[in-house]
Amino acid sequence: MSEISPRQAALSVRGLKKAFGGVAVYDGFSLDVKRGDILAVFGPNGCGKSTLINMAAGLLPVDAGHILYDGQTVDEVRIGYVFQNYREALFPWRRSAENIRYPLRRMGLRPAEIEARLERLAADFRVRFDLNRYPYELSGGQQQLVSIMRALAVEPEVLFLDEPFSALDYETTLSLRSLLQQVLKARRTTTILVSHDLEESIVLADRILMLTRRPTTVADDVAVALPWPREAAMLSAPEFVAIKARCLETFTRAVAGA
Amino acid sequence: MRALWTPALGAAGFIGLWWLAVLLRLADPVLLPSPLETFNDTAHAFTHGPLLHDLWRTVTRTVLAFLVACAIGVPLGLLLGAKENVYRAVEFVIDFFRSTPASALFPLFLILFGVGEGTKIAVAAFGAALVILFNAAYGVMNARRTRLLAARVMGARPLRVLFDVLLWEAMPQILVGMRSGVSLALVIVVVAEMFIGSTDGLGQRVIIAQSLFESALMYGVIFVAGALGYLLNLAFLLAEKRFVHWAGK
Ligand SMILES: Nc1ncnc2c1ncn2[C@@H]1O[C@H](COP(=O)(O)OP(=O)(O)OP(=O)(O)O)[C@@H](O)[C@H]1O
Ligand SMILES: [Mg+2]
Repeated sequence: MSEISPRQAALSVRGLKKAFGGVAVYDGFSLDVKRGDILAVFGPNGCGKSTLINMAAGLLPVDAGHILYDGQTVDEVRIGYVFQNYREALFPWRRSAENIRYPLRRMGLRPAEIEARLERLAADFRVRFDLNRYPYELSGGQQQLVSIMRALAVEPEVLFLDEPFSALDYETTLSLRSLLQQVLKARRTTTILVSHDLEESIVLADRILMLTRRPTTVADDVAVALPWPREAAMLSAPEFVAIKARCLETFTRAVAGA
Repeated sequence: MRALWTPALGAAGFIGLWWLAVLLRLADPVLLPSPLETFNDTAHAFTHGPLLHDLWRTVTRTVLAFLVACAIGVPLGLLLGAKENVYRAVEFVIDFFRSTPASALFPLFLILFGVGEGTKIAVAAFGAALVILFNAAYGVMNARRTRLLAARVMGARPLRVLFDVLLWEAMPQILVGMRSGVSLALVIVVVAEMFIGSTDGLGQRVIIAQSLFESALMYGVIFVAGALGYLLNLAFLLAEKRFVHWAGK
């Protein structure tokens, strides 16, 4: 991976340290994410993927080091966060549309602007279900879609997704994946996607960061130079297979074998 | 419809057995009047006697005590629940007084509030407030962490998180607390009406009917008190269903 100049970086992490109960998860970790890129973070259970994005999102304090968004701290920028468990992340006492409006109200936007954004999101994601339903009246895929819309509504500098599809079935995952890549690429949203699924990481990302076990370091940093949009047919393209082979090789060497 | 039939059948069976016991003279008629006599005496006390007034007094006292209990228990419970370490510190005291029979506190409250309306309402409010506080605090402490984090990421400040998330997360548990609280308030009010200088209220009416050997009326007032407790409980159950439509989903 070529060097990213700080000017191009939407997110830069320097000398990050984090330990839980004396056990280091990160001990001097650095990372730059280019504006508009989708970065997939792939690594074994417990290596600290969620910890990383939680610290970046300001939900967890860092022990040392810093995480900056084009020079600014997380409090000064807008971010979006999609949690793995949509059931526990949406507000079930608010209708789906109200869930999406919530962060916009916190920003203090005018009602007309809020409605415009809601309509645009609904159009971008081709929403065909009734957003005036309560989240629990929707299917799992629809609920996670509402979560994604809620996170994107603020037009975030960086969008964080923590295993957003892991609770969904394969068919739903495929359709959400393809919608998401279209929207993210059209909006040029800088995105960090935590994923457990290598295939998904390759399909959705411009770049894959493969992490080792704790203390976590970068096992490999793989550029995914496949053209967009990436349809299902791409899964069998030679370039795709080659990237997958390289990732698997890294994985067996640095992670599974360790 | 079936849901209405079964309890109606149970009630009819109960009255049938009662009537049978009266017909078989299983007990002295003075101790066990017939259902019809009970009904007539009670209806008469409603239309020509003080029973309607008594019912009204008991209801107002209970509702007042309940409102005071909510006004104290809900905000305090929310705040204590949000500061879990503070709650842990006072948990023992709350549990202790929650387990203390409220009737044992009558003398203390008599000293504090004197003989009058205030004491009855204060004791009932005290008992109910602890139950509501305890439930509100637990509702907050059991709030889904993910929702709090989600609100924070979306730019909600602590006070907003309290009102937009914690309050709602705790709502099902708060309503459970209110339901137990209102039942407890009724129990305490009725006992207080019996023993703390009262001239009216259902508790007072039961005692008077008993001392005047008006056993039919005594049974009638007991049933009225029972119906009141049952309806209060039912009202809160329905409110829970309507108001926390998302619970358990
Ligand atoms: N609040 C915490 N207290 C103590 N230890 C923690 C805490 N949060 C995370 N850890 C530990 O830090 C390590 C990294 O956790 P993290 O959740 O970031 O892993 P992950 O890569 O997201 O794993 P998974 O793939 O299972 O989601 C784990 O070993 C975990 O046990
Ligand atoms: Mg995780």
